[in-house]
Amino acid sequence: MSEKINFIIDGKECQSEEGKYLVDAAKENGIYIPTLCNYEGLKPKGSCRICTVKINGRFATACTSPVHDGMNIENETEELKDMRKQIIELLFVSGNHFCPACEKSGNCELQALAYRFKMMAPRFPFAFPNKEIDASHPKIIKDQNRCILCKRCIRGIKDEEGKSYFAYQNRGKDSLVVVDRKLAAEMTAEKAQQAMDICPVGSIIVREKGWDTPIGDRKYDKAPIGSDIENN
Amino acid sequence: MSKPVLATTSLAGCFGCHMSLLDIDDRILDLIELVEFNKSPIDDIKTFTKQCDIGLIEGGCCNSENVHVLKDFRKHCNILISLGECAIMGGLPAMRNGIPIKECLREAYLTGPSVTANTEHIIPNDPELPMMLDKVYPCQEIVKIDYYLPGCPPRADLIWETLVALIKGTEINLPYEVIKFD
Repeated sequence: MSEKINFIIDGKECQSEEGKYLVDAAKENGIYIPTLCNYEGLKPKGSCRICTVKINGRFATACTSPVHDGMNIENETEELKDMRKQIIELLFVSGNHFCPACEKSGNCELQALAYRFKMMAPRFPFAFPNKEIDASHPKIIKDQNRCILCKRCIRGIKDEEGKSYFAYQNRGKDSLVVVDRKLAAEMTAEKAQQAMDICPVGSIIVREKGWDTPIGDRKYDKAPIGSDIENN
Repeated sequence: MSKPVLATTSLAGCFGCHMSLLDIDDRILDLIELVEFNKSPIDDIKTFTKQCDIGLIEGGCCNSENVHVLKDFRKHCNILISLGECAIMGGLPAMRNGIPIKECLREAYLTGPSVTANTEHIIPNDPELPMMLDKVYPCQEIVKIDYYLPGCPPRADLIWETLVALIKGTEINLPYEVIKFD
């Protein structure tokens, strides 16, 4: 058992164990630090930057930063909230996120964060990029229009030998998350559902399945993302 | 004091946002006490007859006529509000944005599976018809928009609360449940 340490988030005294990732340490203390590319059980990546906080005055990603004794952390400041909102807005304008036509709407983390940050309209112009929908696999559809390149599927969906069903292709603005054709051909229905669930947006969709939860009963219909942590 | 004047229009939309405006139910009776309608499909006034206080825009801009109407609204409305996903993000009409316009027209008029009557293979190109734009634009990329009400459609309560707050000059209370993108 690691030793107990003390740190401060937005003036609140918090306790946790030395070396724990800040996102998890904050959660133990009832404080929500928004995340998007982070997923419980996966090694943190720090790629989406939504969890950016200020540790002792310097910017850092809370999902990859271990907590130490005496740290002073800023989380819910106006500066950080607006920065996070800007990231969400950039993700909305850089892809094609048509919520009314998306199976994941209501259960989508990108959308839920936009609700939490009260994004009424993005401040940036829309790129409307030309993206493909890959519907060539028996169990899943990979819609590149909605992909935010968080790598959660690459890191989390693997076969018994540890091979990933998903992979990165190309670089920079041409980056894509693609499906391994051979592995996808053997994909079980259970694995396909896991892939859909690990995707924070609607980029991985289980085939032959449409909308199954009525509006009003979906995950983020009634309470904002993170409120379960804050109300604990 | 005369009543505030309200104008509404539907550009590249489906009239769902206007339906949601009607969804305020019997509060519509309160609304006509609160405001006077000018150019709007609600009262069928086709052209502006005076300067308006509030303009509600449903739908984005997919052709030259939409741009013309939107600019006309900006000129005649002191406060302009984007109503719904299409006005704010382009919405479903913007799903054509990744497809070249030529391909869209060919699919719609020549090669689409439901095209049977167009025996002369004509793609309509009459000067009387509005020109399609290269892509569908959200309203804020054409004119300045003052407020945004997201939703597909925006919830009736959201529209009602917004109008009342604007008309009465009170602060708006927006509970979490009313702001949705679908």
